[in-house]
Amino acid sequence: MEHFIDDSRPIFIQIAERIENDIIAGELGEESQVPSTNQFASFYQINPATAAKGVNLLVDQGILYKRRGLGIYVASGARARLLEKHREKFFEQYVKTMLQEAEKLGITREALIEMIHQEVKVS
Amino acid sequence: MSKIVEVRDLTKSFGHVTAVNQVSFSVEAEKVYGLLGRNGAGKTTVMQIITAQLFDYSGEVKVFGEAPYENSHVLSRVCFVKDTQKYPNSYRVCDVFHQAALFFPEWDRKYALALAEEFRLPLNRRMKALSRGMLSAAGAIVGLASRAPLTIFDEPYLGLDAIARGLFYHRLLEDCAEHPRTIILSTHLIDEVSRLLEHILVLDQGKLILDDEAEALRGRAFTVVGPAAKVDNYTVDKKTLNRELLGGLASTTVMSDGNGEDRQHAEALGLEVAPVSLQHLIAYLTGEPPARKAVGVR
Repeated sequence: MEHFIDDSRPIFIQIAERIENDIIAGELGEESQVPSTNQFASFYQINPATAAKGVNLLVDQGILYKRRGLGIYVASGARARLLEKHREKFFEQYVKTMLQEAEKLGITREALIEMIHQEVKVS
Repeated sequence: MSKIVEVRDLTKSFGHVTAVNQVSFSVEAEKVYGLLGRNGAGKTTVMQIITAQLFDYSGEVKVFGEAPYENSHVLSRVCFVKDTQKYPNSYRVCDVFHQAALFFPEWDRKYALALAEEFRLPLNRRMKALSRGMLSAAGAIVGLASRAPLTIFDEPYLGLDAIARGLFYHRLLEDCAEHPRTIILSTHLIDEVSRLLEHILVLDQGKLILDDEAEALRGRAFTVVGPAAKVDNYTVDKKTLNRELLGGLASTTVMSDGNGEDRQHAEALGLEVAPVSLQHLIAYLTGEPPARKAVGVR
């Protein structure tokens, strides 16, 4: 599993992102149990303390919550909140970057919008 | 958090060679430490002093709050696995396990036997008849099954193939999760172990040049690429680790101040910014003199 972890960014953030993506994709349903930190550690071959840090990041944000003695669960409403957060990021990460790159290459706004229309029609 | 090891101003010389020079650090309970550095950096000397195999040093070393030398109270809680371990001629693998059982109060015999099977280590084979890899496997098993509150592995993988090394890392993580204890892993295979480590100590030419949490170091350094004049202008007030030129382009690796603003600044200037892995960061820090000199010049 080592290839899924990038050694140039904090691993706990990558673990949190993975859990977020699984919740968004519906693979981790609301009120379902999240793997234990030892399971994460074993699966990704990372230190359990690092895995715990990633999980706790989402617990602090209210995306996950602890059931005493049982484990960590996905909170109700977590998916909707994550979708909102990721949509905001989408603009920064993709739209802005795309516009900058287009400008570098001399692609006009009109040509860019036309490209999107074409692609949407095809797929 | 309690300190398992405390080293203060440790200096050890062999004749005219200063192997360890004014080194201070501490090791906290139940964490996995990486003691990294190139060959001859002083790693083994530090570990030998912590485990009371070397003395006549200057500075202060405490293990479990006490001086380790001739201190059975300390030493029964420390397991030191090293590639140069010598065994009596008559010893078989099972004799080594038997001795370990007598020495380490937490020894888990069942676990040792299960590991021996996984590593395909024949219990009745004499130690001196074992291959290099098998000898390393025996050491790794003793280190794991001793469950010593402080376990130190000095290059534990010599001769072990990639699969056996993977098995060792896997079992180490798994067993430390179940039986928390302090581990110091000394290695130069940084890429293989970096994800297991919580804290990183880097020795270079006898000096401790890095002492930080692994997660804090991941993403700390970054490389900026762009026209040489622009890159140099940007890095003039920064700590640089490496600089390469390709025609009019410069690629310079920068140690970040940590808050990410310097990276945004580079992007705003139109420089290309790429992350640097932990392994590369350490390689740059312990690089050959020319690269180190660049740090001073910049």
